[in-house]
This record gives sequence, C-alpha cells and structure tokens, in this order.
Amino acid sequence: MSHPDVLAAGAAATTQGIAFWLLAVISVVAGLGLVLVRRAVHCAVLLAVVMLCLAVLYALAGAPFLAFVQVIVYTGAVLMLFLFVLMMVGVTASDSIVETIRGQRLWAGLAGIALLVLLALTVGHAVIGPAAPATAQFGNANVQGVATLIFTTYVFPFEVTSALLITAALGAMVLAHRERTTPKPTQRDLARRRVASGSPAPLPGPGTYARHNAVDMPALLPDGSPSTLSVSSAISRRTDPGQRELSGAAPGGPADSGAGDHGAGDHGASDQGAGDQGATLPSEAGAGRPRGEARW
Amino acid sequence: MVSPAHYIALAVILFVIGSVGVLIRRNAIVVFMCVELMLNAVNLAFVGFARMHGNLDGQVIAFFVMVVAAAEVVVGLAILTTIFRARRSASVDEANLLKY
Repeated sequence: MSHPDVLAAGAAATTQGIAFWLLAVISVVAGLGLVLVRRAVHCAVLLAVVMLCLAVLYALAGAPFLAFVQVIVYTGAVLMLFLFVLMMVGVTASDSIVETIRGQRLWAGLAGIALLVLLALTVGHAVIGPAAPATAQFGNANVQGVATLIFTTYVFPFEVTSALLITAALGAMVLAHRERTTPKPTQRDLARRRVASGSPAPLPGPGTYARHNAVDMPALLPDGSPSTLSVSSAISRRTDPGQRELSGAAPGGPADSGAGDHGAGDHGASDQGAGDQGATLPSEAGAGRPRGEARW
Repeated sequence: MVSPAHYIALAVILFVIGSVGVLIRRNAIVVFMCVELMLNAVNLAFVGFARMHGNLDGQVIAFFVMVVAAAEVVVGLAILTTIFRARRSASVDEANLLKY
C-alpha cells in the first residue's frame, strides 16, 4: 500500500469515528429526552431524531439498504402514523405526573440500572471480534446481496411476512372502523336545523365595538356587556379570563361560563349549554347554537 | 476506529432507555414509542453483528424486524384509537377492565 493510500484509509477511519461518536451522543440524548419529556408530540420529534441517527449509523456500518428502509419505513411511515394518532387523541394531552403506583419511578429506574449492568456484563464477557474485512456486499453490492439472501435463503419467511402484513392491515381496518348508527344529515336537514334553531343568520363576529378586533376579543353588546357567542368556544377555552379582563372588555360572570364550558363537552350537552346561556343573556336570546359547534 | 463492539454498546444503552421508558410512562402512545426505540436498538445490534461476521444475514433479520414492527404499530395504534374512543383517555392506567 502506498503512502497516500494509508493516509486516506486513516482519514476515513477518523471520519467514521467522529461520525459515530457524534451520532451516538445525539441518539442517546434524544432517547433520554423521549423518556423524560412530558408532551407526547415532543416525544415523537425526539424519536424521529433517534431514528435518523440510527439510519446514518446503519449506513456507516455497511448497511445502506437498511439505512434507506429505516428512513422510509420508520421515519416516514411509522412516525407519521404515530403523529396521526396523536392528533386524533389530542396533542395537548400530556402525561400526568401523579404516580398511581407508589415508588414506581424509583423502582423502574433501579430496574433500568440493573438491566444496564446485566447487559453490560453479558456484552463485556462476550467475545465481539473486530469488523470483518470490508467487502463489496457492505458497499455498492449491498442491495444485491440482501436481495439474494431474501429471495433464496429467507424466501419462506419473506412470504409469511406478506400474510402478516395483510392480516395487520385487515386488523387495523376492523379495529378502527366505526359503524354509523344514525343516517348522515343531508344539506336539507342542516338547513332545516339552522332555521329551527332560531338564528338563521351568522353568529356575531368577534371584536365588534370592543377595544380591538382580535379573534379572542368578544364583541360588545349595546348595553356594553361582552357577547360570548362572538368568540369561538375553542378559543375562549384557551384564553385566560383574567387576561381578557386586563385587555379591555370585562367578562360577565355567567356569560363567560356559557359557551366555553359547554361547547368543550360532548355533543349531547351542547344544546343544554346554549339553552342556559340564552336564559342568562336576554339580549342574545334565540341564538341556539354555541359558536364552537357551528364553526369547528 | 469504530468496531462492532461500539455498535453493540450503543444498542444496549438505547435498549435500556427504551425499557425504562416503557416502565415509567403513562401515555400509551409514548409507551409505544419506547417499544419502537427498543426495536431500533435491537436492529442496530443486528447490523453490528452482521458487520462483525462479514455476511448479510443480520441485515436481513433486521429488515424482517422492521416489517414486523410496522405491522405491530398499525395494529397497536388501531387498538389505542378504539380504547380512546371508548374511554376518552390514552392513559395506560385507565384501561383496567380486565383487572378485577
């Protein structure tokens, strides 16, 4: 081997080492964050970081095919599925910090340390040899090599995998399917319901006659009281009542608890909530639907 | 120089992190994510061993693990959706009907 070849090989090894240590540290930190961070969406993002790091590590370890499969299947499909379900279940839902089993975290941490010691001892005692000399099947011929193995030695497991995937798809469809028990309301039904509700016109817009016209600013009625109907229940649920008071229109006590609370509940209670509100606010009588239901 | 032992060590650390996450997290979706982390750690170990032995069988096994994990995630998340629809909660503490 000539002198420049030795230098190039050494430089490649150094680059590989730097990349490995960088990715190892990033993936371990992201993994710890996945366990410690409270919001589920942040957990998903950290899991994506770990998976991408592992994809690059696969490429470093001579598995370019697996690296691409990792990015496409895990980071692309599986993680998107996770995020999809997270959005359905509710992104704002964060883990409760109340321990339902006393001392569970302590014992879980101890069990984790025990497992780490056990695995470290096992791996430490095992003889893990150096890497085999790099051949073409860990480089350019990797895809061909994997394909040859899959379609010769592992062809039966590969076929069984297809059965597994079909079963999984069917199972997901059966589990996630919900039969519609009531007929779908047609446009005619919706129009009829709207007229019957007593207020066929659109609900009042936010910010009218108030200090400013942000979407979370309730419109003021002729008598100066804020109109809860003018703000979407999804927004009034999130805004702090004290903050709104500070920024202008004083919130009326009973009016404030009207659309916000009942609109947040299930659909069965929303009619009742609107009824309560109509009783407490005579100036808005007849507006039969809370705003959140109509808009969102 | 990065040897297969480095990969195995990283896989061990990630596996332990994932298992601790499964033990302490309450949100079922996050528990699932930690299971995925453990599966990924095992895949990394497979790839490391394939590099050590100089053949591609480990990589093929890792590929099969990925396929099975994808199927598992699909069914698991469908179950979670069903549970959430019935109980309005994704916490693992809520689903306790089989306990008593």
